[in-house]
Amino acid sequence: MATFSNETTFLLGRLNWDAIPKEPIVLGTFVVVAMGGVALLAALTRYRLWGWLWREWFTSVDHKKIGIMYIILALVMFLRGFADAIMMRLQQVWAFGGSEGYLNSHHYDQIFTAHGVIMIFFVAMPFVTGLMNYIVPLQIGARDVSFPFLNNFSFWMTVGGAIITMASLFVGEFAQTGWLAFPPLSGIGYSPWVGVDYYIWGLQVAGVGTTLSGINLLVTILKMRAPGMTMMRMPVFTWTAFCTNILIVASFPVLTMTLILLTLDRYVGTNFFTNDLGGNPMMYINLIWIWGHPEVYILILPLFGVFSEITATFSGKRLFGYSSMIYATVCITVLSYLVWLHHFFTMGSGASVNSFFGITTMIISIPTGAKLFNWLFTIYRGRVRFELPMMWTLAFMLTFVIGGMTGVLLAVPPADFVLHNSLFLVAHFHNVIIGGVLFGCFAAVNYWWPKAFGFKLDVFWGKVSFWFWVIGFWFAFMPLYILGLMGVTRRLRVFDDPDLRIWFAIAALGAVLIAVGILAMFVQFGVSIMRCNRPGYRDPTGDPWDGRTLEWATSSPPPAYNFAFNPISHGLDTWWEMKQQGATRPTSGFMPIHMPKSTGTGVILAALATVCGLAMVWYIWWLAGLSFLGIIAVSIAHTFNYDRDYYIPVPEIEATEDARTRQLAQGV
Amino acid sequence: MSHVVTDTTTDNLGRYWELKPHHHPEGASTSLGFWVYLMSDCLMFAVLFAVYGVLGTSFAAGPGPKDLFDLGLVAVNTGMLLLSSITFGFAMLAMFAGRQGATLRWLGVTLVFGLCFLGIELYEFQHMIHLGAGPQRSGFLSAFFTLVGTHGLHVTFGSIWLITLMVQIARRGLGPENQRRMICLSMFWHFLDVIWIGVFTFVYLLGMI
Amino acid sequence: MSAEHAHTAHHQDHGHDHGSHAAYIKGFLLSVILTAIPFGLVMAGGFESRSLTAVTVMGFAVAQILVHMVYFLHMNGKQEEGWTMLSTIFTIVVVVILLAGSLWVMYHMNTNMMPQMDHELMQGFGS
Repeated sequence: MATFSNETTFLLGRLNWDAIPKEPIVLGTFVVVAMGGVALLAALTRYRLWGWLWREWFTSVDHKKIGIMYIILALVMFLRGFADAIMMRLQQVWAFGGSEGYLNSHHYDQIFTAHGVIMIFFVAMPFVTGLMNYIVPLQIGARDVSFPFLNNFSFWMTVGGAIITMASLFVGEFAQTGWLAFPPLSGIGYSPWVGVDYYIWGLQVAGVGTTLSGINLLVTILKMRAPGMTMMRMPVFTWTAFCTNILIVASFPVLTMTLILLTLDRYVGTNFFTNDLGGNPMMYINLIWIWGHPEVYILILPLFGVFSEITATFSGKRLFGYSSMIYATVCITVLSYLVWLHHFFTMGSGASVNSFFGITTMIISIPTGAKLFNWLFTIYRGRVRFELPMMWTLAFMLTFVIGGMTGVLLAVPPADFVLHNSLFLVAHFHNVIIGGVLFGCFAAVNYWWPKAFGFKLDVFWGKVSFWFWVIGFWFAFMPLYILGLMGVTRRLRVFDDPDLRIWFAIAALGAVLIAVGILAMFVQFGVSIMRCNRPGYRDPTGDPWDGRTLEWATSSPPPAYNFAFNPISHGLDTWWEMKQQGATRPTSGFMPIHMPKSTGTGVILAALATVCGLAMVWYIWWLAGLSFLGIIAVSIAHTFNYDRDYYIPVPEIEATEDARTRQLAQGV
Repeated sequence: MSHVVTDTTTDNLGRYWELKPHHHPEGASTSLGFWVYLMSDCLMFAVLFAVYGVLGTSFAAGPGPKDLFDLGLVAVNTGMLLLSSITFGFAMLAMFAGRQGATLRWLGVTLVFGLCFLGIELYEFQHMIHLGAGPQRSGFLSAFFTLVGTHGLHVTFGSIWLITLMVQIARRGLGPENQRRMICLSMFWHFLDVIWIGVFTFVYLLGMI
Repeated sequence: MSAEHAHTAHHQDHGHDHGSHAAYIKGFLLSVILTAIPFGLVMAGGFESRSLTAVTVMGFAVAQILVHMVYFLHMNGKQEEGWTMLSTIFTIVVVVILLAGSLWVMYHMNTNMMPQMDHELMQGFGS
């Protein structure tokens, strides 16, 4: 068990030798991670990659590079989140018949908290943000986002949050409260040490990035669309990204403020969510779900867009019911603010309140169902090509429908009283998040990888990954539905009833299958990278799937400026129309292109914010104050820099475009 | 697979590509972007108002609004903010007229009013804490201090920004970048006014009824 | 003042309403009036009915917020192709949902879950 002390020293706050966990599992992980880290740093130094990384990637304001970095962050954090998952599966199948398993409660509670936090905030969010960052400007025919510097800063803030969260593994502890840190458990009385503080500051630092990136993409979509591209001519993915960013901008402030209030309770001794002196812990739960439900749609909406693009492309047809798709998305956006109480039906607001929120929740399934029918009608009588992105899309449709239906079941308040906080609920949200968000991300990676890197992903390993993932998913989560119906609650560490064990064993088997699927996915990436110049992999056309939207109109990977001339839109599926009309590509008459300069300010600001967060966690007040002043000073200094842009000269553009012309000639 | 023909003679070239790009004004997105930021800030305040609405009567046997608030002081404070609003408006008008000196003078006056507002608020806080009614005393006082204090913190950051901008205008004149910043800061400043209307109505006036 | 400024003044986005001295003064005077009346009302003790006082005070607040939006923030339906207005309306909707919803939910929760505070309500609970 952890021994901790809140005795503080001036220099190090409450950080001391005892804060380093000595449990063998944690120590082993630490050694492995440290060795891997040292090897990585050594390799970067050995091959002199630091300067290249700093100049070309870390300080880049190019939306494409930032998008890729977001997705790399998501994949790295996914490995951590999945490691937590498989540890839980192992513990739950182990701890029967008087066995305590191999994880003590202090450790186990951190794992289920970290699993949720990491998967939502540092896997799903960066994945989705990365996709939107990469694709949206290309789809609307823009050269970058509205605020490129802010984009870089947002990314590094997300990284900062991830670093704070990961640091808790090796120094101190993480929260043991569940992923939303409900008080009074997360209050200073029941969580006196650093766990909840790590949680708070990790989320706050990342949350700043998320909110700013939401504003940025929202304004980009509103202001940077190609000439002629009215709102109702935008590609569906851009539309769903638009609604997602509305939700981000209009819900993350609620999370930020709620966590600030919890912070004040913990640091200053206020009484917002305490049990004494007029505080009300239920208010926290109310507020956090006002953010939390829109958050669910922040995650899923962009993937609905991805599935729409993929279905249309691989069916070789225009998307069925484009405008109904848009209206459904907008409906979901608004309705997502009216359902939050279904997360706490059992808290006792009574029949009238519960019925209202139960009904709104059921209503939200109508636009979602409409979307599903649109996809099915798009496939209907289409010439469907079963490439990897389409396979993931079909798997999504089957899986997500089941998840959606158990969701509607949970929306009935009396049923929820039985199933609340049971494994049924756990199965439900994994069913929609894995079957919707994660499958969507994999579909998107397989679909847009050729755009980002100029070569396709390997099909064999892609199929291996696909089948292990899909079958593994069903093995891992169907037993949880059954266990939930049998009344097993979530977050349990040990079990008495031996009859339950078989179901946990099946679920553990599913987790192993998923692990193989993940491994196969990384093999797929590796194999494809090694074979990137072979025919069948290399894509000289920039349009490997016979796509419909503007991102396929430029080369793969696109040049820094995306389009030498702005495309003009005359309707939906602009690129498809261009191809139908035999549109040509201008090869002369280029003009200098105005672009933003790279800057290291974003990295510096985010680094200071990360230091500030860590200092707050450990009560190192001088460092927190200093780094906060540093943030303000650097921000002000940044505003005195008026030299932020440059022009790409015509010869450089000519060289790039001529290379593209030659490539196209060879490719045909 | 590609249908693209690299032949520039076809007619429809100009139909699908903007061959004579019109100049995108630098920073055309800034004011909309800043407005969207303000909307998200507005939701932060909405949470604080909701918390005040729920906890505003949780006195925990401690002092309530009628024991603590001094409406006269609040009225003076509101006056400060209103005056700073109109002087900022005059600064904007001077800027649009291209009068740098007048812009700086009006910004200076705005800053003075802003600082007076902060001074009065700090005095009020200090007075309440002195009476034993600090933010730890009850749910009501936690919500009060956080709501009013967050607004005050915004005014503080607005003041820092205002000073920075005055230096920048003094150094570089009223160029397009500085004009853009003035427009953003003016939105911020007037937005804080709107929030203050909510604060004095819901916290002070309704509390004293 | 200088030629540079004359040039930059030309740079402003057209179609934006920058206001005028007269408009600012009008807005200021309206705000002063709309502030003074509710303050005066409450300081004088308010109406006999407390809820009438509360509604009146809130009405003045709404009016004053509108005055600020029109005269100081120069809001109209045409700015940024209407997106400023639309984003504001959306935000107001979310704010209303958040405030009204929280108060409604928490009020019911308090009455149901803290029955010792009100025994009459307790009889209704669970029946």
